[in-house]
Amino acid sequence: MSAATIPPVEMPQSWTLPYRAKVGMVSLIIAESAIFTIFVVAYLFYLGKSISGPTPKEVLETPIFFTICLLSSSLTIHFAGRSLERNHRGAFLGLWALTILLGGLFLIGTGMEWHRLIYQHGLTISTNLFGTTYYSLVGLHAFHVTAGLIMLTIVLLFALAGKVQQDQFRRVDTLALYWHFVDAVWVVVFTVVYIVGR
Amino acid sequence: MSSNAITIPALQVQEKPWVDRLHEWVTTVDHKRLGILYIVYALTFLLFGGFEALIIRIQLMHSHSNFVSPQVFNRMFTMHGTTMIFFVAMPVLFGFANYMVPLMIGARDMAFPRLNAFSFWLMAFGGLLLYFSFLGGSGLYGAGNAPDVGWWAYAPLTARAFSPGHSSDYWTLALLVSGFGSIGTAINIIATVLCMRCPGMKLTRMPLFAWLNLVMSGMVLITLTPLSAAQIMLLIDRYLGGHFFDAQAGGSAVLWMHFFWIFGHPEVYILIIPSFAFMSEIVPVFSRKPIFGYPVMVAATVCIAFVSMSVWAHHMFTVGMSSYANSFFAITSMMVGIPTGIKIFNWIGTMWGGQIEFKTAMLFAIGFLFQFLIAGLTGIMLATAPFDWQLTLSYFVIAHFHYVIVGGILFALFGAFYYWYPKITGRMLSERLGKWHFWLFLIGFHVCFDVMHIPGLLGMPRRIYTYEPNRGWDTLNLIVSIGAFIQGIAILIFVWNLVSSYFNGAEAGNDPWDAWTLEWSTTSPPPAYNFATLPVVASRRPLWDLKHPEDPDSLYE
Amino acid sequence: MALADPPGTNIFAPQSTPAKSILDLSIFVLSITGIIFVVVFTLLVYSISKFHATAAGAKREPAQVYGSTQIELAWTIIPVLIVVVLFLATARSIHAIQDAPEPPGAIDVTAIGHQYWWEFRYPKLGIITANELHIPLSDPNHPTPTFLQLLSADTDHSFWIPELAGKTDLIPNHPNRMWMDPHRTGIFLGQCAQYCGTQHAKMLLRVSVDSPEDFAAWVRTQQQPAGRNSSATAGRQVFEHTACINCHTVSGTPADGRFGPDLTHLMSRATIASGAAENTPANLRLWIQDPDAIKPGSLMPAMKLSDADLDAVVNYMETLH
Ligand code: HEA
Ligand code: HEA
Ligand code: HEC
Ligand code: CUA
Ligand SMILES: [Cu+2]
Repeated sequence: MSAATIPPVEMPQSWTLPYRAKVGMVSLIIAESAIFTIFVVAYLFYLGKSISGPTPKEVLETPIFFTICLLSSSLTIHFAGRSLERNHRGAFLGLWALTILLGGLFLIGTGMEWHRLIYQHGLTISTNLFGTTYYSLVGLHAFHVTAGLIMLTIVLLFALAGKVQQDQFRRVDTLALYWHFVDAVWVVVFTVVYIVGR
Repeated sequence: MSSNAITIPALQVQEKPWVDRLHEWVTTVDHKRLGILYIVYALTFLLFGGFEALIIRIQLMHSHSNFVSPQVFNRMFTMHGTTMIFFVAMPVLFGFANYMVPLMIGARDMAFPRLNAFSFWLMAFGGLLLYFSFLGGSGLYGAGNAPDVGWWAYAPLTARAFSPGHSSDYWTLALLVSGFGSIGTAINIIATVLCMRCPGMKLTRMPLFAWLNLVMSGMVLITLTPLSAAQIMLLIDRYLGGHFFDAQAGGSAVLWMHFFWIFGHPEVYILIIPSFAFMSEIVPVFSRKPIFGYPVMVAATVCIAFVSMSVWAHHMFTVGMSSYANSFFAITSMMVGIPTGIKIFNWIGTMWGGQIEFKTAMLFAIGFLFQFLIAGLTGIMLATAPFDWQLTLSYFVIAHFHYVIVGGILFALFGAFYYWYPKITGRMLSERLGKWHFWLFLIGFHVCFDVMHIPGLLGMPRRIYTYEPNRGWDTLNLIVSIGAFIQGIAILIFVWNLVSSYFNGAEAGNDPWDAWTLEWSTTSPPPAYNFATLPVVASRRPLWDLKHPEDPDSLYE
Repeated sequence: MALADPPGTNIFAPQSTPAKSILDLSIFVLSITGIIFVVVFTLLVYSISKFHATAAGAKREPAQVYGSTQIELAWTIIPVLIVVVLFLATARSIHAIQDAPEPPGAIDVTAIGHQYWWEFRYPKLGIITANELHIPLSDPNHPTPTFLQLLSADTDHSFWIPELAGKTDLIPNHPNRMWMDPHRTGIFLGQCAQYCGTQHAKMLLRVSVDSPEDFAAWVRTQQQPAGRNSSATAGRQVFEHTACINCHTVSGTPADGRFGPDLTHLMSRATIASGAAENTPANLRLWIQDPDAIKPGSLMPAMKLSDADLDAVVNYMETLH
């Protein structure tokens, strides 16, 4: 049988709904924030509770440069989106690639720090509570940076293949939203680990 | 809308060979089929979880029973609890949300159909992982053993020292995986409700069903994730030698308790809110009146969601928190009673002055009201911390939450089955079997769980595989067990009703209950695209407006 | 309410101050919730019996009512008031029980939870015993309450004697505190309430409340080292040359293990294996031969002794008064 139709109500003159992808991404970010919150709480809760050394004070060095890299990548990705909106393909490609570069630098930074901690200070995830909480918190963030970089790279490849059109800037912005989140989380992690934690 | 692109040939399914049909079901991204998959999956696990419950009940029938070994018993209650919460309640509620939300808001599918399928299969995989532990718990070559740490898996029981082998790992991974599935579904429901509503469907005109599932999804985002985080920490402890919950290295067992219950308590509201959603659709239709105090119902739900995130430590009154912390969590727990009460009163207000039709669906709804009232009040008793020092970890708690979960959620759920089965299959469920199902389950439920309070008051702890004869618990436990079996029979009747009615139930037609929400405006079962023409609505009860052009709701809202 | 014959585990038969004040609060809460139940229940029954569909009414829809602000307000405010009352009563009783100061005459006991048995230490009196806690009667005029410090050697446990006090958990490296002041002498039963592993069910608990004199006498005997009885030297030989001593202590002998219960005064206890069996020679023999026969999953291994050695050891155990 055919679907009954609803009474001929006159169409509301303006009927606009939020952009799906954006709502989805915001929800995801909320969920992720909760995960990070728990890890941050654990880190703070166990501050100074380690039974054996090394302690944060002894071994941690503030990664100013790499932090600047990551945070500035938020700007570059933002302007990348704007350039695409204005259909400046070249600018978009450049800024986008720059974003990936900066993100990559940050990962290298983390890698170097971990190498130093493991081989110079013998601090591993199983050494003490500090090791456990530090590597899992910073590691969780690094994992998100990596995931972000992979997605950014995919977009870059599409762009190079000329598949990213002007009208897709909203999708690109959705991805940018995730990247901003990753940066924001770093601000928190940085404060907790390198400022409060010492 | 991009979702127009996705259409499944739902109507020619019959002629195809079964392989193709199976392939279609496995690869489907249609919200209706995924909804059905969720529901069938959950019903299967209800049988498993119930089966485990029956083993528990046989063992406890009399003191010093040797029906199963302590090890097996401990696995049974762990698997029973985990199965019922994560692989029965969650999926079945998600199933109905998946199926109904798009129909009720006049959409053609969920916002992210592929994510929807992905989420379902994650959850399905989680369940399989959990049950694979029966075989692989000690490694494929060892004897099987399921997790036996209880559904809270309190540290340090889950540490390698106390839980060798892999059973706890299966438990952790199963919950982690299905947890990600649930988060995916929650994101999907939120995006669907916010971005896919048909023209005229303002938030203030959405059916309560959609509203409550929106709130529930929001809670999933914020409160399921702490569990995932804790599970990750547990894995780090077990595999990378971390010390999060390792007392020897200064780690804290209490931290796990907090993390678990920060999830665990909101979880129970995540389960009850969709049941409230069922109630809010069934009660009005069978009372022939609009829901009483729609805005208040929405507000109350949001209140419950917020307050319920600050009550978790009422599960931890005995772990030695300060008297201030105990008082705080006592008052917040009691406060939840206020908005919850408002909902109960509004349902009564809806029935008041109506023309109540006692169809099976409505019978279950009324059962819900009675039992949820009592369960809530025992909850208040538990919330008064000192009283809880006596009641906690005893069978009184078991009775409390089975009263809410079985007497509440399960009853509302059965109501939902009788109410929407016609829409989903195109055929009516047998009212005769329905009445049998209802009365048997009602009797079984009360014989089982009313009596269960008393052993608790007489000092019987939970999670014990046997007890001493001189405690005066024997007779009571025997009665409880009998009740459990009566419930079992009732559920088998229900399953039989589902199956037989599918083949020879009466034709349902579009709108068997003369109801008012959009899902009843399309065919039963709905076509893959849901609506031939996207509906446009002017009130909360579009079909009422259609049937009563002389005084449509739009005049009163 | 006394469905269980004494000694019972009925929370409605309190025999000490904490349990009593909990019961008072419980009665109060029960009556308030009872009233709420009656009211709402009546409303429900009335509405479903009064407003069921009638053949006549079935034709046309009932009056469509959408809500009412006054009513909503009413059934919001009344519950708020009830909650306030409930909370005040609760907070008062939490404070009274939890923050009670420790009087000078109090007895200190350190209770340590093990899988699956209880260790009790009296630091001031220099006593270590297991599974059966002895505490003095506390006369309200000059009270001698017992204050327990709760520790755990492995997993979580929970100390629960329903008729003396509510539960408090024993959690590794998270010391807890509880107290009780029994008002009558006798045996009080309870058991571990927090799931702690395979034999959580048989981690039973006996508290013997003694008159001050009896308690003093008990303390004196417990403070003695193990009696040396020449009739059991054979058994002692076996005991001291088997792994027993790695896990058990018998004061004044080489046996100083701490993994298992202290056996110095084993015969002063009515039960073995934390209440799993009565302390009879037969049970002792069975236990030592194969603990799993009495308590499957307990952490004491079967020691595979020859029958002769077994009898000797049991004989020796019998001398540990
Ligand atoms: C769907 C599930 C569900 C729901 C809705 C509830 C609802 C409530 N629960 Fe329950 N609860 C569980 C599921 C649920 N619970 C589970 C699974 C456990 C145990 C987990 C485990 O240990 O394994 C548990 C355990 C549990 C505990 C811990 C017990 C312990 O282990 O020590 C406590 C303590 O406060 C508690 C309290 C409450 C309260 C106050 C409510 C309130 O929301 C109830 C509110 C409702 C009412 C109060 C009735 C209607 C209101 C009125 C008629 C208005 C007038 C009333 C007043 C003003 C009071 N619950
Ligand atoms: C959705 C949640 C849910 C549901 C529906 C149930 C349903 C039931 N539960 Fe469950 N229960 C929990 C959630 C739930 N439970 C949780 C979370 C715990 C805590 C676990 C822990 O402590 O860690 C618990 C613990 C728990 C205990 C305490 C165990 C212990 O502490 O030692 C008991 C004891 O009686 C019990 C009994 C029952 C019974 C009799 C039912 C009945 O309502 C079941 C009725 C259904 C059936 C009887 C199934 C019918 C099907 C058949 C008969 C066919 C079987 C055949 C095949 C499989 C082919 N449950
Ligand atoms: C590996 C450690 C271990 C060894 C070796 C061991 N025991 Fe035990 N024993 C225990 C533990 C643990 C318990 C407590 C079991 C329980 O109650 O769950 C116990 C309990 C007992 C009890 C009961 C005490 C009570 O008050 O409940 C007796 C008696 C006993 N052991 C005697 C012996 C004898 C005799 C031997 C040697 C032949 C022995 N044990 C060897 C660990 C050990
Ligand atoms: Cu110790 Cu349960
Ligand atoms: Cu709770």
